[in-house]
Amino acid sequence: MSSIELTFREGWGRAVATLTRVLGDLTLAEDAVQDAFTIALERWPRDGPPDHPSAWIIATARNRAIDRLRRERTFARKAELLARLEALPTEEEDVSSIPDDRLALVFTCCHPALAAEGRVALTLREVAGLTTTEIAHAFLVSEPAMAQRLVRAKRKIRAAGIPFRVPPDHLLPERMQSVLAVLYLVFNEGYSASGGAEHVRADLCEEAIRLAKLLALLMPDEPEALGLLALMLLQDGRREARRGPNGELVLLDDQDRARWNQARIAEGTLVLERALSRRAAGPYQLQAAIAALHSQAPRPDDTDWAQIAALYGELARRQASPVVELNRAVAVAMADGPAAGLALLDGIELDGYHLLHAARADLLRRLERTEEAAAEYRATLRLEMNAAERAALERRLSQLA
Amino acid sequence: MQYLAMIYGDTTQWESLSAEEREEVYATYNAFSEGAQKAGVLVDGAELDSTSTATTVRVRDNETLVTDGPYAELKEALGGYFVLECDSIDAACEWAAKIPGATQGAIEVRPIHVDPSANGGGAS
Amino acid sequence: MKYAALLTNDADAVAAWEQMTPGEAQAARAVEVPKWEALYGELGPSGMLGFSVELDSPTTAKTVRVRDGETTVTDGPFAETKEQIGGVMVLECEDLDTAIGIAVKIPVALTASVELRPIVGS
Repeated sequence: MSSIELTFREGWGRAVATLTRVLGDLTLAEDAVQDAFTIALERWPRDGPPDHPSAWIIATARNRAIDRLRRERTFARKAELLARLEALPTEEEDVSSIPDDRLALVFTCCHPALAAEGRVALTLREVAGLTTTEIAHAFLVSEPAMAQRLVRAKRKIRAAGIPFRVPPDHLLPERMQSVLAVLYLVFNEGYSASGGAEHVRADLCEEAIRLAKLLALLMPDEPEALGLLALMLLQDGRREARRGPNGELVLLDDQDRARWNQARIAEGTLVLERALSRRAAGPYQLQAAIAALHSQAPRPDDTDWAQIAALYGELARRQASPVVELNRAVAVAMADGPAAGLALLDGIELDGYHLLHAARADLLRRLERTEEAAAEYRATLRLEMNAAERAALERRLSQLA
Repeated sequence: MQYLAMIYGDTTQWESLSAEEREEVYATYNAFSEGAQKAGVLVDGAELDSTSTATTVRVRDNETLVTDGPYAELKEALGGYFVLECDSIDAACEWAAKIPGATQGAIEVRPIHVDPSANGGGAS
Repeated sequence: MKYAALLTNDADAVAAWEQMTPGEAQAARAVEVPKWEALYGELGPSGMLGFSVELDSPTTAKTVRVRDGETTVTDGPFAETKEQIGGVMVLECEDLDTAIGIAVKIPVALTASVELRPIVGS
């Protein structure tokens, strides 16, 4: 990405948010900011970038929006919108006094009434300023399909009357969940997805982290926003060690910990401490705490499994799910021995989930119930899983013989 | 007695029409409305926006679940309705057959509930 | 904004209602009525409630089609879906969040669904 694109992208969300507030329409706002971008591409290489890019973008987008509106012969609220646009300050010092409407933009893009895939695409386009092409590549979807997704989401906002605002207090907790979920989905698409080029996935993780930082900045009193950011930083710290030379997945136990990004891990740990100091634990903070314990162990054997088990217990209390119970059982097995873990596993309803059966096989092996272990490994290998997991299981099975 | 005539049709077809073609369809609906009004049969009516603008709300275990889309995905979606005042369901069906949408999709005619114990239940 | 709130009932619940004797049905309704009265009591003064109807069971429906000038009337609803429309309420309010705030108070939201569809030309 050129430095112009980079600089512009940093001011994109702020400009789209302000123009949406003034125009009452996301599409009009985006068009105006896109127009400003076209001008930046022409002018900045020639004249050099402006001293205050954000101010320049808002002022230019405002002028372009005025131009567009004036050319519209019939437009219901033309006079009103022109007046509002003309009232927007254009002097640099005054532009910085324009309230930051990005939080309203985030909540609007992540509104639960929008299709899940639409929320993700819209957040990346409007808040982060990614192009439709970039988003399409990131999600391995054709450009026309991604463009359709965005059009559909914007049309729904307008047609269904989704308000442009930060939700009132009584709705904030549930709407926060939606925002955090969207951001985490973006991160996971980069972190866990198996398709697509490595650099595209890395960029997606970076974008998610950037968005999470923005959210933490805009909602400094929200510990779960900090928790999500911490979780992303801590997981991202391990990202490079997760891929082998051929791009294959490397399991946590087998990762070269020297390849972990210690700066990222340190940053994530710091953010987590800030979150926890608020004394309002939540699911993302708990997941971040678990990730921190993994990331702080110099070797797999140094992992504090007892603490991890306790944290999964806390998580299960708030967010009961079979997957959380499974992770808890695995941690308990590491901390208190395989028998304890197996007892927990047998209470989980997750038939056909390969990680459950793999865990069960592993515990039976450690209890030296060899016949049962072998049978369980074989049954597990019949299920869907990625290549690294399959190789690890086949190795275990052959070791039993 | 009152009946709800629900208009089901293929909305993708509607979306592919040009502005002029839509005006033609609206003209046929206006003609129907005028006729029903004159006969003292028309009580109310509304055109609904497409299902891509729908939002479904459910409450389960004290949690509000808001999802994009209609309550069920049908090949032919509900596109609008009329409320008709007729002597019988058969009479209501005769009027329903005159609704332009009857020739493309289908009209479901359902009696509006009247509470036997209350004096005049139904539409409020 | 104007929305048509489409209230549904679960098909199994409807079938259960159909099995009841008039006495049982009356008693079951008596339990539901206060919930609706509470809803109307709150909504009425707000001015946000427009036209509102409850429909008879889907078994009382007839479906009308006209093809090549021929009218066919069949017994039953248009679609045999797991949820069936049982009522319609027109809501006039500021935005979708306000409409959602009303929808969650409609009794069927707890047992089935409320679909909020914008009304065209509002």
